[in-house]
Amino acid sequence: MPEPANDLRPSPDALLAALQRDESRARRGRLKVFFGMCPGVGKTYAMLRAAREELRTGIDVLVGIVETHRRAETEALLEGLPVLPRRTFTHAGITLTEFDLEAALARRPRLILVDEFAHTNAPGSRHPKRYQDVIELLDAGLDVYTTLNVQHLESRADAVRQITGVAVRETVPDSVFELADQIELIDLTPEALRERLAEGKVYLADRAALAADNFFKDTHLTALRELALRFVAERVDKRLRELRATSPLKTVWRSGERLLVGVGPSPSSTQLIRWTRRMAAAQGAAWLAVSVEPSRPLDAEAQRRIEQNLTLARELGAEVVITRDDDIAAALVRTALQNNATQIVVGKSRSSPWLDFFRGGSLVDRLLRQSGPIDLYAVPAERAAEKPIAWLDWLPAERSPAREYGEVAVTLGVVTAACWFLTPFAGYLSVGMIYLFAMIALSLRVGRGPVLAAGVASALLWDFLFIPPLFTFAISKLEDGMMFATYFAVALAAGHLTARIRAAARHERLREERATALFHLTEALSAARTLDDAVFAALRQIDRLFAAQSALLLAGDSLTPHFAGSFAISEKERGVADWVWRNRKRAGRFTDTLPASEGFHVPLVRDDTCVGVLVVRVAPEAALTLAQRDLIESFAAQLALNVEREHLRAAGEREKLLAESEKLHRALLDAVSHELKTPLAVLSSALETLATADEATRAALLGESRTATGRLTRLVNNLLDQTRLEAGALRTRLDWCDAHDLIAAALDGVRDSLAGHPFESDVPADIPLFRADAALMEQVIANLLLNAALHTPAATPIFLTAGLDQARRRIFFTVADRGPGFPLEMRERLFQKFQRGDAARAGGLGLGLSIIRGFVVAQGGEIVVGENPGGGAVFTVYLPYEPHGNVPGE
Amino acid sequence: MTAPAPKPDLLVIDDEVQIRRLLRLTLESAGYRVREAETGALGLNEAAVARPDAVILDLSLPDLGGLEVLRHLREWSQVPVLILSVRGGETDKIAALDAGADDYLTKPFGGGELLARLRVLLRRAQPAGEVSIVRFGDVEVDFTKRTVTREGADLHLTVKEYALLRLLLQHRGKVVTHRQLLREVWGPQHEADTHYLRVHMANLRKKIEPADTPFIKTESGIGYRFTDAG
Repeated sequence: MPEPANDLRPSPDALLAALQRDESRARRGRLKVFFGMCPGVGKTYAMLRAAREELRTGIDVLVGIVETHRRAETEALLEGLPVLPRRTFTHAGITLTEFDLEAALARRPRLILVDEFAHTNAPGSRHPKRYQDVIELLDAGLDVYTTLNVQHLESRADAVRQITGVAVRETVPDSVFELADQIELIDLTPEALRERLAEGKVYLADRAALAADNFFKDTHLTALRELALRFVAERVDKRLRELRATSPLKTVWRSGERLLVGVGPSPSSTQLIRWTRRMAAAQGAAWLAVSVEPSRPLDAEAQRRIEQNLTLARELGAEVVITRDDDIAAALVRTALQNNATQIVVGKSRSSPWLDFFRGGSLVDRLLRQSGPIDLYAVPAERAAEKPIAWLDWLPAERSPAREYGEVAVTLGVVTAACWFLTPFAGYLSVGMIYLFAMIALSLRVGRGPVLAAGVASALLWDFLFIPPLFTFAISKLEDGMMFATYFAVALAAGHLTARIRAAARHERLREERATALFHLTEALSAARTLDDAVFAALRQIDRLFAAQSALLLAGDSLTPHFAGSFAISEKERGVADWVWRNRKRAGRFTDTLPASEGFHVPLVRDDTCVGVLVVRVAPEAALTLAQRDLIESFAAQLALNVEREHLRAAGEREKLLAESEKLHRALLDAVSHELKTPLAVLSSALETLATADEATRAALLGESRTATGRLTRLVNNLLDQTRLEAGALRTRLDWCDAHDLIAAALDGVRDSLAGHPFESDVPADIPLFRADAALMEQVIANLLLNAALHTPAATPIFLTAGLDQARRRIFFTVADRGPGFPLEMRERLFQKFQRGDAARAGGLGLGLSIIRGFVVAQGGEIVVGENPGGGAVFTVYLPYEPHGNVPGE
Repeated sequence: MTAPAPKPDLLVIDDEVQIRRLLRLTLESAGYRVREAETGALGLNEAAVARPDAVILDLSLPDLGGLEVLRHLREWSQVPVLILSVRGGETDKIAALDAGADDYLTKPFGGGELLARLRVLLRRAQPAGEVSIVRFGDVEVDFTKRTVTREGADLHLTVKEYALLRLLLQHRGKVVTHRQLLREVWGPQHEADTHYLRVHMANLRKKIEPADTPFIKTESGIGYRFTDAG
């Protein structure tokens, strides 16, 4: 059967192509963000380098949009990379270029570079924000590289504003940032950045240049840097925590390297510290210096040297931890696990092999046995230093009980055998001495149980094998009996003492850990600038210390969970927390109240009021020890202090605000009643007299009435305008305005008031049109002129000028007078409402300038007051300027 | 001697009784007959029944709203309408003017100003014979010959400038909104291109106005008004 000529079935090739297309569409692209603390740290540079690397491996890379700001080194990187032409279009008479989303989607590269994640697109683009473009690219299956500064993150913008005083307008929601599969932090020290700034390697837009001085202060940079680092760390930490909640604290995660160096009193420790710092710097890792204090006090000299070494470590940027243990190896490993350190650095042991045997191996050997997944570096001393002070490395490490009993058995066996051959020459009494010696030696090495066992066993062995009559437990002579009893007592005492020493050491260690934890907490809390920061820091500490999840509920009218909690409170837990809140007693798991619940609930109590509830949840199989619960309560007490402080601060603020507004209200009432009553009094008395007055008086009275009416009108208009401004009811209608027109219209309205003053105006004939709300601007100019007329002595001149500030693209109007001017300290608050110049004559509520500023700001402009050279005040209004579109001649 | 002209009949639509009383006093003493209406609906009724020569309409009425009244009125009447409004209500004013109001006054206003505006409205309402020559200052505009001279010398105006001047002169004494000017001179598609208007108006002024006496008055945010003694 012949095929029809126009077969509508798609060809296999076309089908395949369509399938592949669908497949790639289904795949969501990956987003990588190059993240930095501020402009100029080299994000774009790093992004381009990464892109070149990708290109070299054969990936289809396309530069969507990259701002090189004409920096040579960045531009050099751009060479050889395919660049997407920008979309050019005209808006309001200005030619703009913008990232071409359509073209990028049509071209479909594997990886596309889109600089400046937070950028706001030019009007008329498909999306108002560039990150929306990026999301569309990702949805289309393209991988995207982009750049972002910490100040553009919505949640951090406020903090940045607080730090730098520069408001950030272009922000990216954190949820969008969460889309990033990968974040690369581009970090630079403030010193280095300032250097780059000085060398002109940092591009600043005009507007930014204004703020630059403020923005790039060293202190600001440090704060910004911390903000950026912390943000990234938090993000990483969040991911780790999710893992940590389910896995026991037996290992470290190699999430970024962290080095730990053991510091002793030896001078070679100095070299060790420097070596570790070099390593840490090379790896970009954090590092800890740990000193392990033995239970036996060190001599003063050794103590001083340790202090010196620790000071050095602190100066070199280490976090210093002091822990207490008689087993250095165990202490180092424990500290490493607690602090998630991935590498331990110790000095190569120089002690004798004989001593090492006695200690159960050299420090390095013992570390090797215990360190598990932690890397170990044994660094030799670089030169023969003075003889190291033997510091308490001589006590044995803790062993497993079985092993210790084994050791006891072996020792006793060996000693017994030796004594068997020795008795014929030395007699059975010296055998007792040998046993005692072995006992003492053992008590130094093994725990309480094994020591007691050794005591009993050795006594029995001695009695059975050596004390006559042999091979019986009977003792025939009295002095043998006394010897045996003494031996038994000494052996037991030795075992008991050893155990006590050990218990004391362990107790000390616990106290130490507790103190350190509390110290870290208070440090974090005092560093926190807001309560939110403090809660966040405290909860993270709890999570870390107890391998737990924690949440905080703050008390108001009811309990509200704080956002920093690491788990969501269930309804049931909520009930427990409510109970805790009402009863101000702990409850939940590990307590007698509602023990079946998941979390351990602790009230935050201050002065008999419960300000919140702290909930700590550990895995069902894990438990919190008494000491840990105690520590959690201490944490809660600390947090309560912070919460209360915040409450007090807020209350103080509210009170201050209330007092302010009360003052303001009183001032307003006084002023308004005075201002309203004066013209009303004039009017009513004038009207009464009018009936009986003669012709001349009548004319005068009418004049007075007119003045009073004018004053009332102005007052009411001002009050209305102020209300409109404050209610946000002011809608500006920006339109093209002619300065000559505006000034003429404004002068029309105030000609009478200006009558007593010589007036000069100077407006260039060719001043261009600009966009403003004509009605508002007329009022602004009129009110400024009126102000000048009202508040300066009669017959002093008033000047009005206008023009274009080409360099800064703005139109300016100035109204200058030869009045008394304003003292510097007054200028600040001049534009606040109900502020009246000291020289103000009676009349006016002090609203005029506040309204003027409101109107100017509403049009996107600003107003400043300055000093007129030669005396008087100058008010200058600036309005943004952009040229208008072409006007056809005919 | 010609017979005294009949008293022009005015309708005041305002809900404030004191304003109505004051207007009545002012207008009657100036020789007008005055009718009052308290609400928009009553006002429309009165306008239909009494056929006044001009209407003074407050924009903020309790029932219909001044703008609404104006729209209804314009469906069947071309009576001159003077709008009363408050400061800050530019948007309402423009809407009213574009909807066919002839002029506006911002409260509070003086009696003299009100009477002057009314005179202009009523003069325009009279079927004046087609004026072919208009003079102001030392400028003379001849509509039939389409020429403009100043102190006898020819002034060269561009087509748009001439059109603007003509439109303003036709509505002499009354405000013409930006939108009206743009629509008439450039066409409805350019209603928003106020910069055309500003540029050409500035050029026109340079040509016809002496430095110190502007004939074309700027009504900020609203439009222009041609004013002169005549």
